[in-house]
Amino acid sequence: MTPARAPSPGAVHVTAQGWGWRHAGRKAFAARRLDLDITPGERVLLLGASGAGKSTVLHGLAGVLGTQDEGEQEGELLLDGVRPTPAMGRAGLVLQDPETQVVLARVGDEVAFAAENLSVPRDEIWQRVDRALDDVGLELPLDHPTTALSGGQKQRLALAAVLAMEPGLLLLDEPTANLDPEGVVEVRDAVVRVLGRTGATLVVVEHRVAVWADVVDRVIVLDAGGGVLADGPPGTVLVQDSTRSRLAGAGVWIPGWRPAVGGAMPSSAPGPALLSARGLTVARTRRGPAAVESLEIEVGAGEALGITGPNGAGKSTAALTLGGLLRPRAGTLEAQPLLAGTAGSNPFRWRSPQLVQRIGTVFQEPEHQFLTTSVQDELEFGPRRVSDAVDDQRIAELAERLRLTHLLGANPFTLSGGEKRRLSVATMLATAPRLLILDEPTFGQDASTWAELVTLLRELIDDGVAVLSVTHDADFVDALGGATLHISGGAGRLVSR
Amino acid sequence: MSTTYLTPVLTGRTLLRANPVSKLFAAVVITVALMSSIDWVSAAVVLVCELALMPLLGISVWGLLRRIWPLLIAAAIGGYGTALLAEKTGDVLLAIGPIVFTEDSVADGIAVGLRGLALALPGIFILLTTDPTDLADALAQKLHLPHRFVLGGLASLRLVGLLVEQWETLGLARQARGVGSDGSLVARTRNLLGQSFGLIVQAIRRATRLATAMEARGFGGGTRTWARSSTYSALDAVIAVVGLVVAVGAVTTAVLAGTWNFILS
Repeated sequence: MTPARAPSPGAVHVTAQGWGWRHAGRKAFAARRLDLDITPGERVLLLGASGAGKSTVLHGLAGVLGTQDEGEQEGELLLDGVRPTPAMGRAGLVLQDPETQVVLARVGDEVAFAAENLSVPRDEIWQRVDRALDDVGLELPLDHPTTALSGGQKQRLALAAVLAMEPGLLLLDEPTANLDPEGVVEVRDAVVRVLGRTGATLVVVEHRVAVWADVVDRVIVLDAGGGVLADGPPGTVLVQDSTRSRLAGAGVWIPGWRPAVGGAMPSSAPGPALLSARGLTVARTRRGPAAVESLEIEVGAGEALGITGPNGAGKSTAALTLGGLLRPRAGTLEAQPLLAGTAGSNPFRWRSPQLVQRIGTVFQEPEHQFLTTSVQDELEFGPRRVSDAVDDQRIAELAERLRLTHLLGANPFTLSGGEKRRLSVATMLATAPRLLILDEPTFGQDASTWAELVTLLRELIDDGVAVLSVTHDADFVDALGGATLHISGGAGRLVSR
Repeated sequence: MSTTYLTPVLTGRTLLRANPVSKLFAAVVITVALMSSIDWVSAAVVLVCELALMPLLGISVWGLLRRIWPLLIAAAIGGYGTALLAEKTGDVLLAIGPIVFTEDSVADGIAVGLRGLALALPGIFILLTTDPTDLADALAQKLHLPHRFVLGGLASLRLVGLLVEQWETLGLARQARGVGSDGSLVARTRNLLGQSFGLIVQAIRRATRLATAMEARGFGGGTRTWARSSTYSALDAVIAVVGLVVAVGAVTTAVLAGTWNFILS
């Protein structure tokens, strides 16, 4: 497959022959039996189900998988016929999380860092810095603090930081998965501009295919069992019925398609009241500024409520307060008898065993809520807080329902992103709370996990559980029915569906 | 929202322009002079000089007090303790039962208090007027410390700031799982240990990701160039000389005043 445009002389030729990698301590290979030939200047979207080894391939191409102590390699993965090492500076890797890639305090220094490591002479470094910042459209002074950037800006900075190496291969590992819709477009456009100038080869991993479908020449789908599931131009792979169905089966988000979900669309009539907020003002800290003021919310049994709004508007703070985890700044938050049961009416005053039986809050980062060293212990943790006798049957059912049965012995921290998300929801359901609160539950999830989550939540809603979700995902809100609380500018506005 | 140690609020434009190495040099000679003797004259001379140099910091006395008040309390407690416990020679100034203060014990107490403050201030001066990135550049380029060590330390500073935020989020996330701050002292202690462990896990994971990002950008090789050049100017010579003058002045004054009390003699 030859791209329509002429490749730049520096663009990298990627080849893989029977390549595989197994992380030390893991039984299964993260990626295996991979044969690839990516011509210089080609733009590739790398897809595959969660756990198919997409990130492993990118890390392998960047040469950061490590030495023999860190895992076992088979076959060959080559850049222009040479095994990749970061010191060559041939490949530039941008990671998913904007927060963990910033090294230095000032924008200019951050971009210069990679060029310094490659021993580029000083005068040339600053020329590269200017060009890289220009390429990604960050028009900021060089001494601008890196902490004062939005998520989209941080990702563009990360892109500029690898561009300073003048890489012939750009590797993007879900670069927009943690961003709000505006940030996604910002980063995508910056990548397009960069490729237009440099002509570098591109390999991008992303679940949301629509973002990149128009940018790439070729789509490669990894099979979770090893090897390649589909390979071809996006006009073929993403359009043909045969590949579309296989992609859908692998959990890939294809444009113009939404995964089929089970369960009925929840009815719009909420059941008896569970939780009422009257003039509720929420704040993250005791003395800090209020995030949202005078919220009026009534959550009924079997109701779905989506909390939407731009980044930093206070959505999570509102959700944490409704979940009884943060003290209300003003106004009242009252648990109705159906939710409160034998406990008092103020959720913030509940002791933690009381809380887990009534309200389950699933945090954005699943790892923050993992407390034990195995999936089984993790699922049993909540029930053990409540009573000494744990219902093994219920745990087994829950594991089965969220496809965790084969992972019961695994350490939660070693799971893939989708598996971690499923586990974090399952741990909350183990104590059967009547109100479930989820913070960005679909961030970075593949379509299968997404559909499973929606199906599960619909069933819960049908059973009378109220589901409150903070999200940017309009499809998700639609799929659950229910009303939306839109938060912006310090106020909430209720929009019925 | 995040507290950041990588971009602290810096003051004192003049000292900010100087090379961190000259500031370190001045601080070290002053410290050596102070450490050589426990007497109130040398400590007082250094302290007076330090306070006279305050305008260079670009903050008011009040601003300094707000930052160092715990030190003042520590110095006062140290001084009081010394006056109480030191050898009781000289005239008795105050005696209430077993509590006896004599001329000499009070002099010792004052010396210890002043010395503590005088020792602490140079560090404060450097912290308030030195950009961590400049410090790393100077340590690597001028003092030739290994760049992997210096830049690794600089990058980890950023993570320290993120840890504070992470601690709060972890606490809430664990509470949502049923690990509350309620319960017995034993349960609370266990929870605190668990949360600390969780924080360590998160810190290691973040550090690992950061290390991957740094490695992917070619960090860790044997040689590198520096985009910013760490240079000396006339200002640095002045700072070094001022440091020497303060140190020598303090020792000389103390010797002439007869209070010099060399710790090794």
